Order: sequence, then structure tokens, then C-alpha cells
Amino acid sequence: MKKLSQLQVGKKGVIKEFTDLEMSLKLMEMGCLPGEEIVIERVAPLGDPIAINVSGYMLSLRKQEASTIILQ
Amino acid sequence: MKAEIRVALVGNPNTGKSTLFNLLTGLNQKVGNFPGVTVDKKTGYCNLPDGRRAEIIDLPGTYSLYPKSRDESIVFSVLADKGNQQAPDLVVVILDASNLKRNLLLYTQVADLKIPVVVALNMMDVAKKDGISIKVDSLAAKLGVPVVPISARRNEGIDELKKNISYANKFALQQDSIDVKAIAPQLVDAIGEEMQIDNPYYALQLAHQHEHLTFLSESESSRIEQLEQTYNFHSQKAQATETIARYNFINDLLYDTVKVKEAAHEENTSNRIDRILTHRVFGFLIFFGILLFIFQAIFAWSAYPMELIETLFVWMQTGVHQMLPAGPLTDLLADGVIAGLSGVLVFIPQIAILFAFIAILEDTGYMARVTFMMDKVMRKVGLNGKSVVPLIGGFACAVPSIMSTRTIENWKDRMITIMVTPLISCSARLPVYTLLIALVVPSRNVWWIFNLQGLALTAMYLLSMISAVVVAWVMKHILKARERGYFIMELPVYRMPRWNNVLLTMFDRAKTFVLEAGKVIIAVSVILWVLSSYGPGDTFQQIEKKYQEPQYGQKMKPSEIEHAIASEKLESSYAGHLGHVIEPVIKPLGFDWKIGIALITSFAAREVFVGTMATIYSVDNADEIQSVKAKMANARNPETGKPTFTLAVAFSLMMFYAFAMQCASTVAIVYRETKDWRWPAVQFLYMTVLAYGASFITYMLLK
Repeated sequence: MKKLSQLQVGKKGVIKEFTDLEMSLKLMEMGCLPGEEIVIERVAPLGDPIAINVSGYMLSLRKQEASTIILQ
Repeated sequence: MKAEIRVALVGNPNTGKSTLFNLLTGLNQKVGNFPGVTVDKKTGYCNLPDGRRAEIIDLPGTYSLYPKSRDESIVFSVLADKGNQQAPDLVVVILDASNLKRNLLLYTQVADLKIPVVVALNMMDVAKKDGISIKVDSLAAKLGVPVVPISARRNEGIDELKKNISYANKFALQQDSIDVKAIAPQLVDAIGEEMQIDNPYYALQLAHQHEHLTFLSESESSRIEQLEQTYNFHSQKAQATETIARYNFINDLLYDTVKVKEAAHEENTSNRIDRILTHRVFGFLIFFGILLFIFQAIFAWSAYPMELIETLFVWMQTGVHQMLPAGPLTDLLADGVIAGLSGVLVFIPQIAILFAFIAILEDTGYMARVTFMMDKVMRKVGLNGKSVVPLIGGFACAVPSIMSTRTIENWKDRMITIMVTPLISCSARLPVYTLLIALVVPSRNVWWIFNLQGLALTAMYLLSMISAVVVAWVMKHILKARERGYFIMELPVYRMPRWNNVLLTMFDRAKTFVLEAGKVIIAVSVILWVLSSYGPGDTFQQIEKKYQEPQYGQKMKPSEIEHAIASEKLESSYAGHLGHVIEPVIKPLGFDWKIGIALITSFAAREVFVGTMATIYSVDNADEIQSVKAKMANARNPETGKPTFTLAVAFSLMMFYAFAMQCASTVAIVYRETKDWRWPAVQFLYMTVLAYGASFITYMLLK
């Protein structure tokens, strides 16, 4: 079971499911849906949050939030 | 002004919604409030090609009709309150063509409410550059609504959009997007039947949001709650199902209307800029460099226009004294009203420069990066990356900044941000600092480029940031969290600032400042003038009488007598009495009763300080009109004969202004935002204690 928070910068992953229903609502509204490809674009200077590319735009989220996203 | 058609502007954040709003309404706009909530309601008027007049309502940017913050909750309320006279006849949904998929989610939600819709497809140029081609006509056909390609930044397609607004149908013609009933079939039917709602999505939204909708009666709301329990409705699960269904619809829709060129993943400009601006070393260096530059600029660029304004007012004051017959009315006009006015208008250059910079930082997308970089640090002290924007805004004015904390979803983070924002050195403190620094710190360059005065000012700003962080950290341990915090935020692509937007912001803020703060300042100036020009009983006559006795005439020159009379009058005036009453309390801080008067009046608003100084010292030397700085520099302690404003007194005074909650507007806004008097009360108390302590220590150290 690989979480989004474990992905390295520059690597890709495909969303499989979420572990947190409340968080998933916000994430899905922002375009993070199961089946969607995500690229880790960069990590903030202090190691958290991270910036990801999803459906053509940049989204930033905290590592703890990224850890609720399970990748395929 | 009566409008024949009401149009609501809806869209995601960063889609150019405000730019479009400005284009449609021009300067013909006003900011009000939505009834019952403290969300800014921007409305404006637009003349349509068919001769009708449209009222445009700019609704807060949101990603979905399910609100995550207070600002966002207004969107559904406005669209759904159908009984209200103010309900929009038409919705213009603005979509970012370069990010159509995510933008369409909100469109499908709005469209399913079955209000007539026109789509404004913005940023077609950006989409083209990104290799995205959109078949606009087939998109419009599939959605069943007009789709108008525009470029708000380049002012393209606006006439076409206006045409589409004026010829829009009175009835909603859009295609259904998803099968709403399938999400909660029985509940939707039951609500529809009981409340006579024929739109299933509207019924479903009521089920989700009924607790927060003010237009529902209590009995209606509790009936919906009952129905939800009967039919086992799970709000979050239903939302998840709905969002997935909507994205399935959107994917089908985009499949043959949008083509994205499969270019090799080439690094775009935004990414390259981010590589530097969010670099682990350069990122912070650049951020602090930008802050330093802004403060230096405020100090340097405003000097000349401020001098000009001051000179102008000194000239006017002299003119009034010369042209009008001497008497209390002339004095009131010259020393009360004009002195007060000059105290207000002289800040305009500084406020305009500061707001211009803040507008540029937000407009370019840099502010979002600052949020991104600072989140981890901010969280350590109990804040949130999003607190950075209100805190930086706090450099301009705490009032709009505290209002902007509404974007922080988390209650605890928001409260702490509200509590510490007034510590940030606002523009009203700036004239106090610049005046006092100019008075006691020599204007000399160190290390070639750094002006000593500029450095002192930077130090005051740094101090305000540090104190905000420390207080936030303390509050983090006192307050209990109510819910979890999010930090899921879009990082918009970098763009050139829209210069007319920057100018508009500058103009708008300066105007608001002059009108809002100006009222208080002029009122305080006039009251102060009265208080310092009149005394209890016949004390003033007695003073005049005393100096008419021959013993004074022999020893003193006439000008000296006049001066002695004036200062003795001030001391025995109402203001003097007030100052003397608090003198024992402020003596340990190095302040005399004259500064005491300024402190008292400053509790209405800090910027009153300069005006108060001007009034007090011009009453003191009525015969010579000088700038405030010159008056203060000439002020002497009557006992020792030394200058009143020594380094210790000036810095002690600056410390007091750095920490004390001397702003009636902020107290009012904190109450308005928290709806509880205990918040502003606690804030006032802790800040006053800090102010007294810091002043005391500073005076003791520098004395």
C-alpha cells in the first residue's frame, strides 16, 4: 500500500482510494479522483507541504493530507 | 439605481472573475454586506446592448457549492434564496479554459440548480499556449448554454458576453449533468414533495446545507433533519458519490470537445520561476528581500509627496489665519479641522504604496508561494500558511486583514490569526514611527545602501512580526481546537500583475482610509481642539488677568508673555486636566501629560497621534506655524529645559504604539468577525499589558 506522501519528487502515481472520507471530499473537488495521475512537482523548503500536478494544475497539500491518498 | 436584470458572477478562485467584474462594471461598483453575514458583497451596474441595465453581483470564488469557509457559504445562499427579491435572474459562470476539468465541477452544480446560465470561457490564450484546443461550439451544444470565449485580461470578448447576457433566456435550458435523484432517491422526493421543490438538486443541496441556510425557517430545517434520519442520509458519502458522478460526466463531455497536445512534459515558465522563488535558501532570502524593499520604498518614495502635502497644509493654515478675522471660529478651522485633515491626507502616499505592493504580490501569484513556504513554520506557532496573507495585510491595516481571515477554514487557526494580526505594524503606526524616528535617529547611511532611519523602521516591523509569532505560540497552547485544519490549496501560475487592478486597489484603499479613518481623525481633532482651548470655569480669564499685572509687563517681553499664557492655558484646559490625571501612570514610561493626551486620543485611532501632537504644540506656539516635526523637536521639558523627545522617550513611545490596541475600528471588526465581546476584550487587555511592559523596559534601558 503506497501513499502519496511516500512518493519522491518528480515521480508519478495514480490515485486508487482514500483513507479519510472528509478529506477525500475536498481532494476530489480539487480534481484528485481515483484513476487520476499525480506528479510530485516540489517540496516546500522546510520539507512540508508538497506541491503536486493534477489534471494540469498545481495543488499544494500537507504531507499528512497526502498520506490519506492511496496509490495504485 | 434600478436594475432590470440581476446577474451573479460565479467561478473558481484565480479564474479572472474580479477582472471580468471590473470590466463589466468599470468604476461603477460598491462594496456592501450580505444580510446577516459579514461577507463583502461587491455589486456594480453594467449597460447592456439592448438598453437594459444589469446589476452584477460578484460572488466569492469557490471550487464547489459545498462551502469550506464562510466566504464560500454565501454562494449557494444567494443562488438558492429564490423567495428573495435580490435573487439573480442569470448566472455567468466563468471558467478557466486552461483548467477546464476542475472548473466544470462548479458549473455542473450551478447548472443543475436550473437557473439560466451563460458560460464565460476565460484565458483562451493561456489554453492555446498550453496546447489545449477547445471546440467551443460543440461544448456549448452539449451543455445547452451559450459559451462565450473571452480574455478578461486583454479585454476581449466582453461585448459578445454582454450581448449573450442581454439575450439570455428567461428559462434554464441547460442539459442535465448527472442523475441527482440516484444519490438519495427517497429523500429528494420527500423534500421535494413537502416543500414544493421541483428541482431535485436543489432539494439535495437543502439536505446537505439546511443547517446553515438563513432563509429556511427553523421548522423547515428540523423537518429536513427528520427526513434525513428517516431515509438514512449520510451527507459526506452522498457528496463523494456526487463528485465522482460529476467528474464522470465531465470526462465524457471533454472527451471529444477538448484536445490536449501530448507534448513532452516540458517545464513551463511557472515551474522554472518556482524553482527559484521556493528554493530552500533563495526562497526565504528573496521573501525577506522583498519585504525589506517594500519598507524601504514606503519610507523613501513617500517622503517627497508627504512633504508636499505637509507644506500645502501649513500654507493653508497660515492663509486661514491671515485671511479670516482672529477668533475662536478661525482657530477651530485652522488648528482643529485643517490640522486634522492634514494628519489624514499625509498618509495617503504610504498607504497607496503599501497596498500597491500587496496587490502586486497577490496578483502575480507570489502570495500563494509565500503561504506554501511558510506553512510549516506557521503551523509550529499555531497558525496556518494561510495566516500569512492576513499577517502581511496587517502591515497595511488590521481591519481588512482580519476580514480576510475568513479564508482560513480552521476555527482555532483563524482565531489565533485574528488575535495576533493587530500586533503587526499597520500603516497607521507608520506615521508615528516615521515622525519619531526622524526626530531622534540621524539620517545617515551605513554600509552604503542602508539608511539608519530605514533600518530603525525595519527593526520596528521585525519586532511586530516576532511578537505576533510569540503571542500566537502562547495562544496555541491555550485555545482548544474545534476541528481539523486543511491546507489543500491551488498554486496559481505566475502572471504579470494587472496594473489597472493595482491602481484600482490603491485608489480604493486610499479612499476607504480617508473616508473611514478620516471621519474619526477629524472628529477627534476637533474635540481635542475644543478640549485644549477651553478649561473648566473661568480659569482662562484668570490666567489672562494674572499676566496683565504690571510685574509681568516689566520683566517679560510681550511675545514671552503670550507664550506663557498659551502654555499655562493648555495645562489648565480640559485636555491638560485629562493628561495630568494619567500622568502618574505613564511617568514610569517617560511620558509627560502632553504625550498622555496623545495616548488617550490615540485609543480611537493611532494615526491621531500626529494630529494631536500638531494641535497640542500649535496651541503651545500659536504665533509660529511649523511642521509637526519641527514643533516636536523644539519642545522642551519645562523643568529641565532639555528636549522632551529624547531617544529613550521616542523609543518608549514607539514600543507603546507597537503593542497597544489603539484602534477603535479593529476592536469593532474583531467583534463583528467573532460575534463575541470576549475576544476583543481579551485582545485589548493583553495588548495594553504588553504595551506598558515593553515601554517601561525600553525607557529603563535607554534612559
